[in-house]
Amino acid sequence: MTTTTENHNGTDTRTVVVVGHGMVGHRFVEALRSRDTESTWKVVVLSEEAEAAYDRVGLSSYVGAWDRGALALAGNTYAEDALVDLRLGTRAETVDRVARTVTTSAGDVIAYDSLVLATGSYPFVPPVPGHDSTGCFVYRTLDDLDGIRAAAEVAHERARAEGREANGLVVGGGLLGLEAANALRLLGLTPHVVEFAPRLMPLQVDEGGGAVLEGLISNLGVQVHTGAGTSSISPQDDGRLAVELSDGTALLTDLVVFSAGVRPSDAVARDAGLDVGERGGVVTDLACRTSDENVWAVGEVAAVEGRCYGLVAPGYTMAEVVADRLLGGAATFPGADLSTKLKLLGVDVASFGDAMATTPGALEIVHTDATKGTYAKVVVSDDARTLLGGILVGDASAYTTLKAYVGREVPGDPGALVSPAGIDDSALGSALPDDAVICSCNNVTKGSICGAIAEGACDLAAIKGCTSAGTTCGGCLPTVKKLLVDSGVELSKALCEHFEQSRAELFEIVASTGIRTFSGLIARYGTGTGCEICKPTVASILASTSSDHILDGEQAALQDSNDHFLANIQKNGTYSVVPRMPGGEVTAEQLITIGQIAQDFGLYVKVTGGQRIDLFGARVEQLPAIWQRLVDVGMESGQAYGKSLRTVKSCVGSTWCRYGVQDSVGMAVDLEHRYRGLRSPHKLKFGVSGCARECAEARGKDVGVIATDKGWNLYVCGNGGQTPAHARLLASDLDDETLVRYIDRFLVFYVRTADRLQRTAPWLDSLEGGLDHLKAVVCDDSLGIAADLEATMARHVDGYQDEWKAVLDDPEKLARFVSFVNAPEEADPTVAFDESGPRKVPVMLGMPSTNRPE
Amino acid sequence: MTTLATAPVHTTAPARTVVRPGIVPAPGAKQWVPACDVHRLVPGRGVAVLLPGGAQAALFLLPNGMIYAVDNLDPYAGAAVLSRGLTGDRGGEPTVASPLLKQVFSLRTGAALDDEATTLPTYAVRVQHGIVHIGLSLP
Repeated sequence: MTTTTENHNGTDTRTVVVVGHGMVGHRFVEALRSRDTESTWKVVVLSEEAEAAYDRVGLSSYVGAWDRGALALAGNTYAEDALVDLRLGTRAETVDRVARTVTTSAGDVIAYDSLVLATGSYPFVPPVPGHDSTGCFVYRTLDDLDGIRAAAEVAHERARAEGREANGLVVGGGLLGLEAANALRLLGLTPHVVEFAPRLMPLQVDEGGGAVLEGLISNLGVQVHTGAGTSSISPQDDGRLAVELSDGTALLTDLVVFSAGVRPSDAVARDAGLDVGERGGVVTDLACRTSDENVWAVGEVAAVEGRCYGLVAPGYTMAEVVADRLLGGAATFPGADLSTKLKLLGVDVASFGDAMATTPGALEIVHTDATKGTYAKVVVSDDARTLLGGILVGDASAYTTLKAYVGREVPGDPGALVSPAGIDDSALGSALPDDAVICSCNNVTKGSICGAIAEGACDLAAIKGCTSAGTTCGGCLPTVKKLLVDSGVELSKALCEHFEQSRAELFEIVASTGIRTFSGLIARYGTGTGCEICKPTVASILASTSSDHILDGEQAALQDSNDHFLANIQKNGTYSVVPRMPGGEVTAEQLITIGQIAQDFGLYVKVTGGQRIDLFGARVEQLPAIWQRLVDVGMESGQAYGKSLRTVKSCVGSTWCRYGVQDSVGMAVDLEHRYRGLRSPHKLKFGVSGCARECAEARGKDVGVIATDKGWNLYVCGNGGQTPAHARLLASDLDDETLVRYIDRFLVFYVRTADRLQRTAPWLDSLEGGLDHLKAVVCDDSLGIAADLEATMARHVDGYQDEWKAVLDDPEKLARFVSFVNAPEEADPTVAFDESGPRKVPVMLGMPSTNRPE
Repeated sequence: MTTLATAPVHTTAPARTVVRPGIVPAPGAKQWVPACDVHRLVPGRGVAVLLPGGAQAALFLLPNGMIYAVDNLDPYAGAAVLSRGLTGDRGGEPTVASPLLKQVFSLRTGAALDDEATTLPTYAVRVQHGIVHIGLSLP
């Protein structure tokens, strides 16, 4: 049966029904209508989506603008064309090949002379348990993106309420998966990508290219998990999804997007009894004709001679072939060039020709630049003369030229194709020969150090890591440093791999921007997620610049173990407890309580060098009970665990001592009360002596105060320890008020400008202008910042609270003081002591007891 | 700065590339031990979990949502303290640093990142109905 209708020219017209109005379906209609100058065909287009054909390749650009019109393909409604009948939101339900009719979801039966299947693909969703949970999406249509957008908004609200970042998981690390990851990023979610293959984009790039790609993508904040599958998804009460990965890790995420490949949408064709391929797709010949001569297939649903093509360009070619055939032509599908060049998250990726070097005897030439993040590979024939293909990651500017050479003989050295112009191997400045040994401990030559620098080691740590130079005695480090400088590498002041800034620079950033979270700071000024170096540093800066409790909110996660448990961790994982005894003063009641606590909890007791008492061997879960008893007798945290003021040591002074000229104990107690709790780049120790005999050893302290007949002499920047330094005289014969003012200024200036873990003595050494400059700043206000420094200290003094009392008053903070989260009553069975000797000692696991004979 | 060769070559990965050796929790049947409510975990910190038989796991939730479990015993110090270490990343690899002598371990593989000879056991984790579970391989 042939349906015929009269058209306005009076000739017969036939009807072609196009199922699917994607990019290829639209291209077919356009091709047919522009070539069918005699108007021999009437076209009925069925579009399952309510949207007329749009640029699906550019789907990701919908994110942000949210403008559907911007993606519409030109002429996609055929408004001016009476011979095209576009039915949006209408699916083809069944095809009757005998009657040659299509029944639509609207219930219409449309007769056809030719049928063109352009149904495209549908996203493949792996059958993992929970894949259909609320919060799981695919990435194919504008409606899918609207759904993801709505879910992202809900996720943001939820995350804000819980004080965390919102995130999303993309299943599939291919081209589309990375597009989806970028969409999540634009929606403000932290994207995770899980890819089952050992690398990203496994179809386009090889192992080396995948590694570079992963590095570049990771730097953009995308969390990549390769070599891992998704095992299950289970919705949680709070609306999030718990995702179990096949590598044994798990993830809490706000939403999941599946882009693990596509499958041909061939259901209608299957139902109609057309031949389909083993892995799906409607099988056609090279004319794109299916097993039914009146039915054609184009685009992703077509399996041309059994092969499906997932790119738009071959689909367009198929559309042109079928249009030609309907008009009596004999066009055939010529095959497709699967070369691709794209920009994913701003990263260039290109793959062309025999990219995977499958040609027998093929040779690969690779150039990787770790510093620039580029990877370039060309594949040449076994005689190294003909270019066969290649892969470019990070920089694809050579794509066009290289692709032009595929299948041709390469002029000159093929290696030149991927080598950057102007490689400069000029000798380094130093006159030492390459075989000169620089590090004699580890027998490292100048040649290997320079080699490491050339391969991208750009600081001392990196050179130590790859050559071992300087890892034993360190004596060669100045020479290594010189080699670095000679090679033109600028020595980094970077805090760690996550922050390029020094501590002092970060302090200024925090002070001037008002950023109060680590996540905010690293997102704007750093990279990655932080480490054991930058987290405590930022925690200290945040603590120095406010009076919030150090275990409040996100800050809790930044604190070193000592600060986190407000106690000093010891070698067996137990803690020591040090209550503050300002100036070394203690009441009888307090002393008795300390003794009773030591007895009740079996703690080892030792008097410290800072005139207070240390109680050793307390387990995590014992700390709150111990502190409750200490707080009850008016004691407070001694911050022995913090980079902060430790003690103000004093002699007994003029009150009791016949030589004393000032009340050193009174001053020490006042100073300790004033500066207790101040967080600083390193620990701070004070001493106050009542006369020049210096019984408090004040000149071995960061701040030393020594009484004179007229008042106080102020010494600064002394310490004991590995490199002892005597404190230097900053000002003489100060009255009480001026003394405190100068110490305020000195401390805040140090806290603001010192490096991480730099005590006051090395800080003074590194200070340009040295002691004279410090005197000018503190005593003469040469920088005009004295008032600001004093105001900062005044805020600290006013905001001081006892950290332990605050914890005891807060059940949520208190809940963390357990050895085991699943057995809060349980003591850690690995903690053991030996009390048979002269003193109680910890027994280490798997090690013999350290019971020493007398 | 450049690696040029005219034969099939193995290229070295760039500095920030995540290297993924295949050390993952042993496959196969697991005994799943409930650890705690997921809300009990502070993003960026760990907790210790007492396992049947007396072993201990250090369980971490990272700010990006990933959950990892490694053995709690610090192999250098011989003390069960790793749950109290600071987390972060090194070149993108999620890490925990021992609170005692700051050796850094991969949370994913358990490998000590500065010492090829040392690796922590790792445990599989999953979350069901808001409860985090640790997976023990069944003999």
